[in-house]
Amino acid sequence: MAVTEETKTGEAAALERDESPAAGLLASPWAVIKRGFRSLDLDTRLFGMIAGLLVIWVLFHFWSGGTFLTPRNLWNLTVQTSVVAIMATGMVMIIVSRNIDLSVGSMLGFIGMFMALLQAEWLPQYIGFDQWYTWIIVLAAGLVLGATLGLLQGAVIAYAAVPSFIVTLGGLLIWRGLAWVLASGRTIAPMDSAFQLLGGGARGSIGGTISWIIGVLACAAVVLLLASRRRTRLKFGFRVRPLWADIALTVFGCASVLGAVWFLNRYFMPEGLAMAYAEENGLEWPAGGLEIPFGIANPVLIAIGTAIVMTFIATRRRFGRYIFSIGGNPEAAALAGIKTRRTIVMTFMMMGILVGLAAGVQVARLNSATSGLGTLQELYVIAAAVIGGTSLAGGIGTIFGAVLGALVMQSLQSGMVLVGIETALQDVVVGVVLVVAVAVDVAYRRRQTT
Amino acid sequence: MSAPTATRPLVEMRDMNVSFGGVHAVENVTIDLYPGEIHALVGGNGAGKSTLIKTLSGAQRPDSGQIWVNGEHVVIHSPIDAKNHGIETIYQTLALADNIDAPGNMFLGRELRTRFGNLDDSAMEAATRDIMARLNPKFENLKAPVASLSGGQRQSVAIARAVHFNARIMIMDEPTAALGPAETEQVRQLIRQLKDDGLGIILISHDIHDVFDLADRISVMLQGRLVGTVNKDDVTMDDVLAMIIIGKRPGETTQSELDELRG
Repeated sequence: MAVTEETKTGEAAALERDESPAAGLLASPWAVIKRGFRSLDLDTRLFGMIAGLLVIWVLFHFWSGGTFLTPRNLWNLTVQTSVVAIMATGMVMIIVSRNIDLSVGSMLGFIGMFMALLQAEWLPQYIGFDQWYTWIIVLAAGLVLGATLGLLQGAVIAYAAVPSFIVTLGGLLIWRGLAWVLASGRTIAPMDSAFQLLGGGARGSIGGTISWIIGVLACAAVVLLLASRRRTRLKFGFRVRPLWADIALTVFGCASVLGAVWFLNRYFMPEGLAMAYAEENGLEWPAGGLEIPFGIANPVLIAIGTAIVMTFIATRRRFGRYIFSIGGNPEAAALAGIKTRRTIVMTFMMMGILVGLAAGVQVARLNSATSGLGTLQELYVIAAAVIGGTSLAGGIGTIFGAVLGALVMQSLQSGMVLVGIETALQDVVVGVVLVVAVAVDVAYRRRQTT
Repeated sequence: MSAPTATRPLVEMRDMNVSFGGVHAVENVTIDLYPGEIHALVGGNGAGKSTLIKTLSGAQRPDSGQIWVNGEHVVIHSPIDAKNHGIETIYQTLALADNIDAPGNMFLGRELRTRFGNLDDSAMEAATRDIMARLNPKFENLKAPVASLSGGQRQSVAIARAVHFNARIMIMDEPTAALGPAETEQVRQLIRQLKDDGLGIILISHDIHDVFDLADRISVMLQGRLVGTVNKDDVTMDDVLAMIIIGKRPGETTQSELDELRG
C-alpha cells in the first residue's frame, strides 16, 4: 500500500517537474528553453562532446577554404576512424576494469602480419589463390589468434597478479618483435581480392541503395527502442520524459541517421570507376555521366556494428555490469560473488578479438602488411577512450564516447593535413587536445559531484 | 545460558582456526547464533573478529573448523556458498560499487534477467523501490550512482540487499561506524526490526553502547581467542571492558586489575 502511494506521489512530482514548455509561457523564454532542455534528460557530457566535434569541423571547414565538410572528406574521415574506433570500444572496457592495454598496436601488427601471410603465402599452397572462402578462414583465424593473445595476457594479469601496465608493456615489445620474425621484415602484398573488401574502397562499400535501407532500418530501431523503453517504464510506474521530449529525441535521432546517410551518399564515384561500374552492371552510360554513390564503406559498417554490440554488452549484459562493478570497487564485486579474475581474463580476450578485427580491416585497407603495422596505435586508441570520457581510475566510460573520441582525434588529424600543418606540429596539437580534453572532463565531474 | 533456548541454533561455528603465515588470527573459536537473536562480537583491533566472520561469509577459508547451519554441516568456500545458505553480510566498508546505482548494487552478482538473458533493469528498479518503501521511504533517487548518496542511504542499500534475498542470518561488521547520530539511530531501529522478524544477527562493533543497546549475548575475542560469551543482562559494561582489555571473564578479575582498568 505504501508502495502505490509512493508511486502516485512520484508520478505527481514527475508531472509537476515535466510540464511542457507551453505551460510555462509566463517565465522568461530562456528559462523555458532551459527547462525544456532538462526534460530531454540528455547526457550533458556527450552533448558537449558532439558540440566540440562540430566546432572542430566548422573551424577546419573555413580554415581549409571549404574542403572539410564535403561528402568526399567526411566519407574518408569515417573510413580512417574505423580501425581506432573498433579497438577503442574494447579499450573502454579494459580501462573501466582498472586496467590498461598498451599492446594493442603491436598486437595489431602481429595479427595483421599473420593474416597477410596466411592468405598470401600459406593457404595458397593448399587451396590456391582467390577462393571465395579464403577471407572467411583468414578473418576467423585472426579473431582466434586475437582471442588467444588476449587470453594469455589476461591470465597473467588476473592469476599471476602482474599489473596490466607491465604485462601489456611486455606484450608491446613481444608482439612487435614476433611480427618482424614472422616475415623476416618483408612487406607482404597483395591481399586476397575478397579480403580486400573489408577495407573499403569503391568495391568495398555497400552502394547508395543499401545505405538508404540501412539508414531506414536504423531509424526504425531508434523508434522501437525509445518506444519500448517508455512502455516498460510506464508499466512499472517510473518517471518518464514528457511525450513531446521523447518524440523530439526520436525525430532528432532519425534525422541525424538519415542526414548522415544522405550526406555520405553524395560522395560519387569518379568517372572512370563509375564507367566500369556501369559496364559491370549493364547500365546505360548517358552523355552527362552517372552519379553513382559509394555508399557506406565496409569498415565503417563494421565499426558501427562493433560499437552497437559492445554497447549492448556493456549496458545490457551481466558481463558488462560485472566489469563496471570491478572498476567501481573490486572488493565489493568479489564479495558479491563475482568471479573477478575470470571476468578480467574475458575482458582482455574481448580486447584481443577486437584487435584481430581491426587488424583485418587495416591490412585489407592497406592491401599489404609490414612489420611496422599499427605502430603507436595503442596511444591513439587509449587517447580516443580517454577523450571520450573514460576515467583512468576505472568504473566510468561509454562505448559511444570512445567512438566519438576516435572521431575527434581523426578529425583533428585530417583537418590539419588538409590545411597543411606539418607532421611534427600535428602531434603537438593532438597531445595538447588530449590533455585539455581530460582536464575539462575532470573539472566537469568535480563540479557534478559537489 | 543463552536467551532463546528452545530452538535449534541457526549457526554454530565449531573450533574455527585461521592463521596467516604462522600468526593465529583465529584460534579454536566456537560461537553460535539463535533465530531472533543479536549476538555481538567485540574485541580490540586485531582481535580476530573480522577474520572469524569472514569464514562464515565466505570471504576467507578457515584452516580447520566446522560450520553448521540449521543443524546441518555446511562447507562455505565462497560468498555465493554463504548466500545460498541464507547468510548475508554487511561489511564495514559497505562493499558497494560506487559507480553503479542502488538497484545495480542490490542485485550485484544475482541480477534479474529477461528471458533473453539481458539485464532486467526495470524489474530490479521496481524491486528496489518496493523494498526501500519499507526500509527507508525518504530514499528516492534510485538511479543515481551510490557514490552520490549519504552514508545512511548507502547503508540502507546494503541492508536492502540482505533483506531482499531473504537472509536468515545477517552479519553486520561495524554497521554504524560511518554514520552520523541520526542515521545511527535509524540503522539501530532497522536492526531491531530485523531481529523481530526472526533473523539471527551477528553484530561486530567497537561501540560498547551499540552493543549494550542492541545485543542479547556478547562474545569477546582477544588475540584470536574467544575470552567468553555472556548474556548482556548478566554483566556490566565494566565486565565486558575487562574481558576486551585484559581477557578475563567476570569473577576472574582481581581488584587491582579492575582499579587499573578504571584508571
